[in-house]
Amino acid sequence: MGQARGNITIDIEECKGCGLCVECCPPKCLELAPELSRYGAHPARYSGEGCTGCGICFYCCPEPGAIIVYRLAPLKAVAAQGGDHATAL
Amino acid sequence: MRQLCKGNIAVIKGALLAGCRAYYGYPITPASEIAEAAALFFPEIGGTFVQAESETASINMVYGAAAAGMRVMTASSGPGLSLMQEGISYLAGAELPCVIVDVMRAGPGLGNIAPEQSDYFAMVKGGGHGNYRNLVLAPASVQEMAELTILAFDLADKYRNPAIVLTDGYVGQMMEPLDLEYREIAAPEKPWAVKGTPETRKNFVSSIYLEADDLEAHQRRMEAKYIRAQQNETRYEQYHTENAELLVVGYGIVSRVLRSAVDEARRLGIKVGLFRPITLWPFPTEQLKLAAARTQKVFVVELSNGQMVEDVRLALNGTRPVEFYGRVGGNVPSVEELVEKIEEQSAALV
Amino acid sequence: MARELVGINAHPEASTDGYEVVHSKSEVFYPVYERKTDLKHQTHYCAGCGHGVVHKLIAEAIEELGLQDRTILVSPVGCSVFAYYYFDVGNVQVAHGRAPAAATGLHRACPDKVVIAYQGDGDLAAIGTAEIIHAANRGEKIAVFFVNNAIYGMTGGQMAPTTLVDQKSTTSPWGRRPVNEGFPLHMAEMLSSLQAPVYIERVALSDNKNIMKARRAVRKALELQRDGAGFSFVEILSPCPTIWGKDPVEAKRWVAEKMIPNFPLEVFRDHKIELPTNNAPPHKTVAELIEGKREEAAAPAPASAHHYRELGIKIAGFGGQGVLLLGQLLAEMGMREGLEVSWLPSYGPEMRSGSAHCQVWLSKEKIGSPLVSHPQVLVAMNEMSLRKFASEVAPGGIILYGRDQLPEDFTISQAQVVCIPASEIADRLGSAKVGNVVMVGALLEATECLHTTTAMKVLEAKVKNANLLELDRQALEAGRIYIDHHVAVGAVAQADGFTQ
Repeated sequence: MGQARGNITIDIEECKGCGLCVECCPPKCLELAPELSRYGAHPARYSGEGCTGCGICFYCCPEPGAIIVYRLAPLKAVAAQGGDHATAL
Repeated sequence: MRQLCKGNIAVIKGALLAGCRAYYGYPITPASEIAEAAALFFPEIGGTFVQAESETASINMVYGAAAAGMRVMTASSGPGLSLMQEGISYLAGAELPCVIVDVMRAGPGLGNIAPEQSDYFAMVKGGGHGNYRNLVLAPASVQEMAELTILAFDLADKYRNPAIVLTDGYVGQMMEPLDLEYREIAAPEKPWAVKGTPETRKNFVSSIYLEADDLEAHQRRMEAKYIRAQQNETRYEQYHTENAELLVVGYGIVSRVLRSAVDEARRLGIKVGLFRPITLWPFPTEQLKLAAARTQKVFVVELSNGQMVEDVRLALNGTRPVEFYGRVGGNVPSVEELVEKIEEQSAALV
Repeated sequence: MARELVGINAHPEASTDGYEVVHSKSEVFYPVYERKTDLKHQTHYCAGCGHGVVHKLIAEAIEELGLQDRTILVSPVGCSVFAYYYFDVGNVQVAHGRAPAAATGLHRACPDKVVIAYQGDGDLAAIGTAEIIHAANRGEKIAVFFVNNAIYGMTGGQMAPTTLVDQKSTTSPWGRRPVNEGFPLHMAEMLSSLQAPVYIERVALSDNKNIMKARRAVRKALELQRDGAGFSFVEILSPCPTIWGKDPVEAKRWVAEKMIPNFPLEVFRDHKIELPTNNAPPHKTVAELIEGKREEAAAPAPASAHHYRELGIKIAGFGGQGVLLLGQLLAEMGMREGLEVSWLPSYGPEMRSGSAHCQVWLSKEKIGSPLVSHPQVLVAMNEMSLRKFASEVAPGGIILYGRDQLPEDFTISQAQVVCIPASEIADRLGSAKVGNVVMVGALLEATECLHTTTAMKVLEAKVKNANLLELDRQALEAGRIYIDHHVAVGAVAQADGFTQ
């Protein structure tokens, strides 16, 4: 498996498990964790595959800091994607 | 240099001198000349005048400008003040200084436009929701309309609280010589204001305190400043009280009629003196007690069916009999009428 | 694998090494929400609430446009009452519905700053309808973000002005019925009927595409504020999953399926507007405004020379006869002659029609009551005024009646009456309007209470038109001559009300 173009982390102290990010994610690479957080929610998590770093989940998420979206640093991106660093937005 | 000036216009001259540069208001008889003068004068010195869509909007515009640290004012009469009560409560809760002029007319409801002093409860006792006080000043002349407006701005800033200039249709509409000369009046720094600057970015203006303990602490701080105001800011005037057996008490336009009546009654040999509260809140309780202590009876006259008289009775707490005479509906007693009443009260003295 | 669910929920096998952050919490949000009482690391909003998204869009735009240090956010009443918990900008919290009014006061106080009013549907479209319409109509340079979720959230699910027809709420338990509750209010459309706004758009948090449109709209509204362009309004259709009783994904879908058909997404206004300004730049000093004109203080005689201690004058007539001005003229003259004076008008509707009167005191001492209940001088410009006030005149007083003779049935014993057909005299001079000045001339001649030269000084100061001033001078003189030639007065009112 090659390194995905994007990556995300989710702060489960902030995530309320609304599931909007899971629903909106174009490559469907987010999911709700089966475990409960200490606030009683199933927080979102990255499945580990397929993130394009498009950032849609960030804008659909109502919590200011719950989601951080990453993209492969340019050099790595060039290596991984043959120089085509797509931006979805 | 004396100029013949209307009371309402003197308010704006005082406000300009005090450094007020923003006026938000809605017209109403008998206060409209205040808005008109502001509309005429404020733009000429780079100030702001906006005729708002209602008194509700006016007072909230005042809230906004006060939050930004400006010296700002509005004016109206009873019906408009009723609409402003919400905003005044918020201003007091958020500890925002501003000046509000109430040129009282007769109520309740639409009533009529003639003078009454029936907004005393609404302005002095609060009127809006919650525990707060207004600083209330009661001018009785055109000169005082200007001077007490200036004082109102100073007190409002000093105590971070709305200050009311409570007057009536006659004082607002009458013309008298006004002697006002330019002088520098410095407004205090307001480090708490929200101005959209890096220095004020952390500031927050609000009256919301969700936690009971926080709101109680906030109110205790407000109470402390109200106590300071009660200790330091009472103002009053006495006339022929030194050997008086009967003490008449009145404020605003009534104090003017009483003053003439006292002159006339003294000519008739009646030992009567006048006590005139200038600050209605804080009420000059201690000074009234002292003045009343030398007399046998206190006689309160108002253009109401008995509002300030309650504060007089509270102040004297049963130590002197307190009688009351009120005219309402826009009727103002004549000097002769009050001389007659003073004669009656005096005759009943032991 | 049982991983402890605390901290960052990164995929265990997906390290962020080699990646760079492209989207993260804006610096316009406080790192920790210290104004909250607990859970200071997350918002108070429910899971899936649209407010959080709108907050993020606003914060991002403020940050990207570099406006953080010049922004003032006005928090409303409603679920977003606590917007100040989150935004690291200047914060002002205001009464329900009044954000546009407070924002008006704030922006006018800080004209180069960015002022945002953040409001919900109850706040903006119910209790604050007047404030938003008039702020928009004045073209206040503020950005208004209107979060429309068709329900009252904070108070627990009551009907909003934007609640849809048939939508149930706790106060429309059988669904909103137009026959009882009317129809949902379309604020963007209403505001679009106004001339002043520069930008009005409705967007929705219904799907990815519309959320990104909302992002652009928010940014644009703030760009316009940065540039001082005018009133900007963005209505955001927004989900309220908790009150709607839907899970967040369903709620989002409900925005798309139910709200958008009722509230069409559209750019309603997008144009630059240059409002005409008539204001001259500031050109006066406070001293000039408060001290009045420095006029010559005509004092042909010291105050002590006046033959009365105090003189009460009442002037009455029809509105339009200049009775109020007549009284002002006398008061101004008295002041210039060193006397204490007061002028008290009848006011209000009376001065626009019907009768008008005013009361003037001239006194050597401080004036108590400004009311003149027993005038020593009554000027009655018409019959009605004569009949109404003649009996009040003090014994030995004088009545100047503005007609050539008394009504046949009129009698009076305590005062002397002088008839002066002031309007006719004035008319012969060229304008019946100076009848009041004729009366001043007559009054001064009959009572000798003030000097005619002072009257001219006052008129010179007040009347700028030379022709009118000449007319006034002739009117004064005509009044004086009329008394001199036609009337033997011989009685002058005194302080004690008796004649000598």
